[in-house]
This record gives sequence, structure tokens and C-alpha cells, in this order.
Amino acid sequence: MSAANEAVVSQAPHGAVHRAAHGGGHAAAHGSRKSYVIGFLLAIALTVVPFGLVMTHSSIGTPLLIAVFALAQIGVHAVYFLHVDRSEAQRWNLTALVFTAIVVCIILGGSIWIMHNLYVNMMPGMMQGSIG
Amino acid sequence: MLGKLTLSAIPYQNPIVMGAVVFMALAAVAVLGTITVLGKWKYLWTEWLTSVDHKKIGAMYVILAGVMLLRGFADAIMMRAQQALAYGPHKGYLPPEHFDQVFSAHGTIMIFFMAMPFMIGLMNCVLPLQIGARDVAFPFLNSLSLWLTVVGAMLVNLSLAVGNFARTGWLAYPPLSELHFSPGVGVDYYIWALQISGIGTTLSGVNFIATILRMRAPGMTLMRMPVFTWTALCTNILIVAAFPILTVSLALLTLDRYLGMHFFTNSLGGDPMMYINLIWIWGHPEVYILILPAFGIFSEIIATFSGKRLFGYTSMVFATMAIALLSFLVWLHHFFTMGSGADVNAFFGITTMVIAVPTGVKIFNWLFTMYRGRVRLESPVLWTIGFMITFVIGGMSGVLMAVPPADFVLHNSLFLVAHFHNVIIGGVVFGAMAGLTYWFPKVFGFRLNETLGKAAFWCWLVGFYVAFMPLYVLGLMGATRRMDHYDNPAWQPLFVVAAIGAVIIFCGIMLQLAQVVVSIVQREQARDLTGDPWGGRTLEWATASPPPAYNFARIPVVRDRDAFWDMKRRGVNMKAAVYRPIHMPRNTGTGFVMAAFIGLAGFAMIWHIWWLAIGGCAAAMVALIRHAFDDDRDYYVEAEEVRRTEMMRGRHQLRSV
Amino acid sequence: MTTGTTMAHGGALAFEPGYAGPAEALRDLRPAGDAVDFELEHHADTASIAQLGFWIYLMSDCLLFAGLFATYSVLHARTAGGPQPQSLFDLRYVLAETGFLLVSSFTCGLATLAMGRRSRGATLGWLAVTFVLGLAFLGMEVHEFAHMIADGAGPGRSAFLSSFFTLVATHGLHVTCGLTWMAIMMVLVVKKGFTPSTESRLSCLSLFWHFLDIIWVGVFSLVYLFGVS
Repeated sequence: MSAANEAVVSQAPHGAVHRAAHGGGHAAAHGSRKSYVIGFLLAIALTVVPFGLVMTHSSIGTPLLIAVFALAQIGVHAVYFLHVDRSEAQRWNLTALVFTAIVVCIILGGSIWIMHNLYVNMMPGMMQGSIG
Repeated sequence: MLGKLTLSAIPYQNPIVMGAVVFMALAAVAVLGTITVLGKWKYLWTEWLTSVDHKKIGAMYVILAGVMLLRGFADAIMMRAQQALAYGPHKGYLPPEHFDQVFSAHGTIMIFFMAMPFMIGLMNCVLPLQIGARDVAFPFLNSLSLWLTVVGAMLVNLSLAVGNFARTGWLAYPPLSELHFSPGVGVDYYIWALQISGIGTTLSGVNFIATILRMRAPGMTLMRMPVFTWTALCTNILIVAAFPILTVSLALLTLDRYLGMHFFTNSLGGDPMMYINLIWIWGHPEVYILILPAFGIFSEIIATFSGKRLFGYTSMVFATMAIALLSFLVWLHHFFTMGSGADVNAFFGITTMVIAVPTGVKIFNWLFTMYRGRVRLESPVLWTIGFMITFVIGGMSGVLMAVPPADFVLHNSLFLVAHFHNVIIGGVVFGAMAGLTYWFPKVFGFRLNETLGKAAFWCWLVGFYVAFMPLYVLGLMGATRRMDHYDNPAWQPLFVVAAIGAVIIFCGIMLQLAQVVVSIVQREQARDLTGDPWGGRTLEWATASPPPAYNFARIPVVRDRDAFWDMKRRGVNMKAAVYRPIHMPRNTGTGFVMAAFIGLAGFAMIWHIWWLAIGGCAAAMVALIRHAFDDDRDYYVEAEEVRRTEMMRGRHQLRSV
Repeated sequence: MTTGTTMAHGGALAFEPGYAGPAEALRDLRPAGDAVDFELEHHADTASIAQLGFWIYLMSDCLLFAGLFATYSVLHARTAGGPQPQSLFDLRYVLAETGFLLVSSFTCGLATLAMGRRSRGATLGWLAVTFVLGLAFLGMEVHEFAHMIADGAGPGRSAFLSSFFTLVATHGLHVTCGLTWMAIMMVLVVKKGFTPSTESRLSCLSLFWHFLDIIWVGVFSLVYLFGVS
């Protein structure tokens, strides 16, 4: 059995690999201080602004804008706190996240559309005032 | 002290129920007594109840499914008998409030405690072997999932003896299922049985996805996985995505019933239609959760028994993924008639018709696999051919009802009942039976009796058509579902024919029970000595029958689809020069204990025994935390023992192709 | 413990037809013996499999909340003549709550970094801060609920209130479970230090904690900000 084989196929116990890769790969897996700080500051901004808009009854504080801020902050959390990216290690996580997001949209959008449609057809003359 | 529970909860006055209770009690006593007499309690505990081995867990799931099949089928026979008798001046033998419980229990049991456990059991037995893994990703969670499901089934059975079951159908629509109209414990039994087993199912979903994504043998890329593995992956993705919605629906109903909230009530803003919307967002993916594993089973069987590679592997994979995704876009077709406008109905009608297309692709792929193959007509293939014909008919009746105007006539008629039994029996049940026959030798080491198996198949096939074709006609004649009595005498002959069909199916089930008994008695003659009784193509057949606990002494490297066929073709030598120690998880009773306490808590919630509910949950948490602090959870199988086990297997050369 | 295969770190390549793992590399080297047909060593990347499994569970939890959000969206206007959101929600109060949770998410991240550095003291310290902040969030939420119930705006008053209480309280229950888990993890770290199992569980806990903050973003946007605007 050639040495190259051994190197390619056999792996040291996980713990040793883990510690050996500690500096580079490990840090990347757990994120850096920088990514948490950036994420934190962005999240603060994306929180304070919509709150401010609504609390001051600003005319641009529309539901759509609030939703945009919310989605942006969710993205910030995902990237900076959950370290979701397009790397090899995160491939399945990202796939699962995208699939979940699609199903969430279907559930939310579908339910609102259907129930609103039901309401309009079955209870005419009553305003429901649903979102979107 | 005991909440609402009193001795009057036992239905002494009802002879039919008491008869069933006595029968169940005798069966339980017989089983427990046999174990005691044979002195097998320790064996049972150490080898089975605490097992984290996916093969044993899978076997226990299938045994649960078999037992609950009998229970659910008893309900079916009762309904057929009642409906054959109860027309015009005749009232039959079942009072309406009892009939309502029977059809509710029948549906609940067959879907949640027969079909689901059967498929999950087969996936448990086969999946890790098929991908060349030693177990699932989370063996302890696997054990917990099994016992939570068993606990749910036990709650449903208990409702027969203590209290009553729901009278609201298998989906318990409000406002009927709200406290105002169902003040008893029946709906609560339903809720807690489903919530508890639902947690188990969701955990299984997580488990299998992690297993398939991360524990495949080296060289097994996604596009080299067996088709059953693909369908299992999509099934479990659906489980993880859909079951939370069931949890929410039932939880909100629970909050209405227990804490006086107003989600689905008729007053203070509640909207019963929201429940129907939510429950079908779960309900439609659920039926695909049931059928996709069956599709996978049929793919494996038809390729093996045609002696040919499956036709159109890539299109099979994409069809499966398409079905999985589309299953989230059709749910409104279950309530076309409930008030939405033409635009909404049209959208969902179209998506429902579209979802039939990938299934059609699969049918053609199976047919083309058989074409020019040397098809061996053994019982797994009979089930498969029976499925293809029956499922296509059922699918077509479904596409018919996908047209909203047609559905306005047929919704909740016996036509609908015939349709879904057509696809569930023809698809899911036939698939389960086929899979059982196909993989039984792998799990237990000997084949099932083929003659009895074939006889059982013919009874099921003929019985199904005799039982359900009349229902299509009755539906078109205007008969509604769930009726304990009807006035039109023209319907009665059809109901009688349907009852005869049920009896024929009953013969099929009896033949299957006989098959199991006879096969066990004759097991030495039917031993599978090679591990590959059918000339299999996938990796599960590369192990001994039954496989050792660790499955593979050495994980094979996969070069192609139909990995085992490829190994046989290349003449791979299974004998190893050197064996290595194998890392295995230890058995644990934590799953069983947790489920028992959670079951106790569920029973307590049903009867409003609050201190016991809290205590049961707390005890389960304690068991879990204790398990979390336990470090002694694994062991190594020594290399020498591995070598001995492999040597005992007797053969190291693969059956030549 | 679980078993696994020697896949490339992070799992198989999603839709690539070829697989550039050990087997292919071996074939080119043409070694003797059975290393080509069978895997030589078998080591499981248990921790990362556990994290994938936990992530998938989190996705199912997302969908659970989606069901609750959908219910809230549909029922939020069914106030049945009872209290309306504008009269019930105090946005300054909610902003403070949100602040506690967001900061706790950040401190949880710092705890994760400390774990990466194997610094037991710092990990425990940051976990304790996270715990206190989380507890403050919960305390504020319970106070808000008690206040509303005392004012006759309890969950049984209308469909709007039922769905409000259920959505927000489900999040709160998750936070409670997270805090319980955090306490147990702190005990584990004290007793056993940084074993692979403890690290894996702490990583899962931090995933859970960040996920809860994400859900809260949805809650404060959809419930409180929409409700008032």
C-alpha cells in the first residue's frame, strides 16, 4: 500500500484533525469576531430604523418597507451569525434554507390568498383588512 | 385528583365495544403471558425494547403496522356490515354515535398507525443498508421515534376501553371538534395520539435526511443512489416540511378546547376554515409521504425481477423531486366546495392535474423496465403489476375530481372514498406488501412462503375491486360518505357487493397471517444462505441475511448505480485481508422510558389530570437530561469478533451475475 | 454516538455527477489490495452530522412558526369588538425587549468564539450574560402578557388575541427551552470541559439561539410594527 494511499484514504481521529485545523478552517466554521460585530451593528440599524419610522408615524413607514427591513435583517442574521454562505460546508444548510423559505412563502401567501378569497366570496359586505 | 376520569368512562353498557375490549385484553394477556412463560422478558428488554439498531426498530415499526392493520380493518368490516344492512326501515346494528367513532378510528389508525409506520419501518430496515452505512445518523432518536409512535397507537386503542374516540372523522374538522360540539374526551384522544406520534415522525424525518445526505458509502454520489433512497429522501423532506403544520393545527385546536381560545370557534372571530386550510397544507404532502416510498419499492422490485437496470433513472429522480415540490401546491383541491372563488379553484385544479404528470412518467419508466426484461412473476412482482393497474385507475379518478365543477358533484361522496382507497390500497398498501415480501428474507434470514403470498395477493386484488368499484357507482348515484344509514333501496345491492369485497380482503389478511406462521415454522427450508435471494442490485443484498449488527464489516466503495450489481459484475472479493474494530452505539432504554412518560402525560391531558400531565413531562425531561450526561453510549466491536462473524457467514464470493 | 463515512468535509457535492473523493483518487494511483473496493478507515464526522440534523430540525421549526404566522395574518383583524393592536402595543417597550434579545444573540456569538479559543472562563461568562439577557427578555414578555390579561385582553377575548398570544408565547416557550438548555450546557462545560460532544451541543445551542432572534424579527415586524402602523 503506497504512502500516498494512506494519506488520501485514512484520516486521523476527528479530534486531532479538528485541533489541527483549528486556526484556519475552525475559525471560519465558527465565524470571526469581525463578522459578529458587523452583523450586530447592521442588525441594530435594521431594527431601529423601522421602529423609528413607525413610532414617528412617518408616511414612508409602509408595511412593505417594514417587510423589506425584516427580510434584510433576517439575511444579516443568517450570514453573520449563522454563517450561511456558499461554501462546501454550508451547501446542504443553504439548500435546506432556500427550500424552507420557498415553503414558508407558499404557506403564508397561499393561506392569505385563500382565506381572503373565502372571506370575500362568503362574507360580502364585511371588511377583513388582511395584510397584502 | 383524577380529573374527569371515573369508572363510568368504561363503556359497560355497550356490548360491541366491550366485546372488542375483551378481545384486545385477551390478546394482550396472551402475548404478555407467552413472554412470561418463555422467560423472555430480559431478552425482550435488552435485545428489542432498548435497541437502537435500525433493523430491529424497523421490524418493530412493521409489527406495529401489522397489528394496527387488524384493528383498522375490524373497523372497516364493521362499517361494511352496517352499510350493507342499514337501508330504509332497517337501522343496522351500530348506533350513529358509535358508527361515527368507527369511521374516525378507521381513518386515523390506517393513516397514522398502519401506513406511516409501515413505510417508516421499511425505510428504517433498508435505507442504511442501501447506502452502505452502519446505522442511521441518530440511533437514539430513532428509538425515541418508534416508541412515541407506539404510544400514540396505544392511546387510540385505549380510547376503546376508557372513554371514547373522536366522532369527527380522521381530520377532526371544527366546529364539530370544538369543545362546544364535542365536549367529551374523544377528540382529545385523537389530538394527543397524533401530537405524540407526530413528534416521533418529525424526528424520523430529520434522522433520515441527515443519514442520506451524510452517511453514504464513498463513491455513492446522489445520482448513484438507489431509487428507493431517492424516494425516501424526498419523503423525509416532506415529513420535515409538512408535519410542523399538523402540529400547529392540532395545537391551535387544543388551545381552543383547553384554554378557551378562538382560532376555529364560531364566535369571537374564530374561523373554522383556517383549520381546514392548515390541516390540508399538511394533509396533501402527507399522502405523498405515504406513496413516494411505495414508488421507490416498486422501482427496486421491478428492476430486480426484470433482471434489468431501471429505465430512466434520471427522469425518475426528477419526477420524484417534482412530485415532492408540487405536493405543496395542490392542497385546496380537498376543499374546492368550501367557498373560494373560481380563480383560486382554477389555480389549484391546474396544479392538481399537473402533479399527475410526473407520476405518469414513473409508470412509463416501470413499464419500459419490464419491456425486454426476463420478468419473474414472483409475489413482489404480482404486487407491483397489481399496483400499476390499480393505481392508474385511482389516479385517473383523482384527476377527474381535480376539475372543480366535477368536484362540486363528487366532493365527500363515496366516489371520493373509492378514489382515495384506490390509490392508498393500490399504491401504499400494495407497496408495503411488496416491500415486506421483498425485504423479509434480508431482515429475518428466511423467505416468506410464496404460495400463501400469491394467494393473499389475489385475495387483496380481487377483494379490493369488489369492495371499491361499487363505491364509485354509489358516489355517482349520489351516496355521501360516512353515512350510517340511507333511504334509497337501489343502493343496497352495491353495499352488499362492497361488503363481500371486504370479506375477500379479510381472507387475504388471514392468508398473510398464515403465511407468517407457516414461514416461521418452515424457516429452515427457506433459509437465505447467500444474503442475495432475489439477485439484487443494491447494497443491502451485499450483507448476510440477517446482517450483523454493524451491517458491513467494511464499507464498500461505490462505482456505479446499482452498486451491488456492479460489484457482482466486477467479481469483487468480499473476503477481507484485515478486519478492523467497528464503532457501534450502545442500546438504551431512554427512548422507551421517555415515550412511556410522555404517553402517561398524554393520557393525563385527555382526562384533565393536570398533576400527572406535568409529572409525566417532567419525568421524560429528567430521563432525557440523564441520557445527555451519560458518556457510556458506545462501544467497539473487536476486530476478531468481526472476523469471526464474517467467517460464519460462510460465503465470500458473490453470486455470479 | 453515530457512524459516518469518509466523505469530503461537509458532505457530498450536491448535484455533480462525478465524485472527487477517495475512491476516484485511489483509482488513479492503482494501488494493490482491496483499498479500491472497500473503504480503508472509517471515521465519522459526528459533530457536523449532528449540526446538519439540528439545522434540519430548525427548518422544521421555521415551518411551525410559518403556520403560526399564517394564522396570525389571517386572524389578526378578527378583534370581535375587543381590544385592537394599536391600543395594546407599546413600541418603546417592544424595542427594549428586542434590544435584549439582539444583544443576547451577539453575546452568544462571543461565547461561541470563546469556545473556539478553548477559553472555559470566557465561554461560561458570555453564556451567563446571554442567559441573563434572555431572561430579561422573557420577563418583559411575561409582564406584557400579565398586563394585557389583567386588562381583559387575554387570549380568549378574540381570534386576534388568541393568535397574538399563541405566536408570541410559542416564541417565548422556545426561549425558555433555550435558557434551560443553556443552563444545562453551562453545567456540562464546568463538569466535563470542552469534549467534542460538548462543543457540538454548544454549536447547536448557538444555532438555536440565533434562530430564535430571527423568528423575533418576524414577530416584531409582523405583529407589533404592522399592528401599530
